[in-house]
Amino acid sequence: MNVLYFAWLRAKVGMGEERVVPPAEVVTTGQLVEWLKARSDGHAQALADLKVVRVAVNQDYVGWDHPIKPGDEIAFFPPVTGG
Amino acid sequence: MIRVQTEDFDPGAELEAFSAGNGKVGGICMFLGLVRDYLGDDPEKAAQVRGMTLEHYPGMTERQLEAIETEARSRWPLHDVLVIHRYGRLDPGARIVLVATASSHREAAFQSCHFLMDWLKTKAPFWKIEHTEDGDLWVDAKDKDDSAAARWDQKK
Repeated sequence: MNVLYFAWLRAKVGMGEERVVPPAEVVTTGQLVEWLKARSDGHAQALADLKVVRVAVNQDYVGWDHPIKPGDEIAFFPPVTGG
Repeated sequence: MIRVQTEDFDPGAELEAFSAGNGKVGGICMFLGLVRDYLGDDPEKAAQVRGMTLEHYPGMTERQLEAIETEARSRWPLHDVLVIHRYGRLDPGARIVLVATASSHREAAFQSCHFLMDWLKTKAPFWKIEHTEDGDLWVDAKDKDDSAAARWDQKK
């Protein structure tokens, strides 16, 4: 699956996009977060406080128990500040 | 119609072209958002902001803005909707966003324009980084934007 990071999450993770293949037991957005946090200190810092992180699966806002599957586009970003 | 672009736009020309030739339009409401030159809510800190850069999530931005337009059209009898949102580097005073709505009567135009801005603020995936004298700062989301958007949950 393709994972995207925006704004300060991208700065902390150190990249805007990565292709990942998590183990089969990772089936929700919340489980993906836990798995990603183990990849680097940057990941762990970016995803430490989920109150200030939003997640989208295939460009729709979802919650932390949303199912994920291979081929999904999953994006993590801060609350939005446009307009 | 939704447009996400780096280029500036001419509000006068956009207004002129918007709903041109549609004789059923009785009122147009337009909101224009600009880059302030001060930080946070304190105008005394004027001239501290040298500009900002707007980042967005290409694809999801258009998808969310189209969904917001569809929602507005389902709530009010609108002849036309235009949303233009810029991204990239913007100087103080620059235009960021334009929202225009056209209806037969003013109430629908006023309300739907307000609704579109409030929902855009909390749903469209844009992020601002301010370039200040003290360095670059990511702008935090504001609770008052959430409550402004939430008031439309109760109304129809």
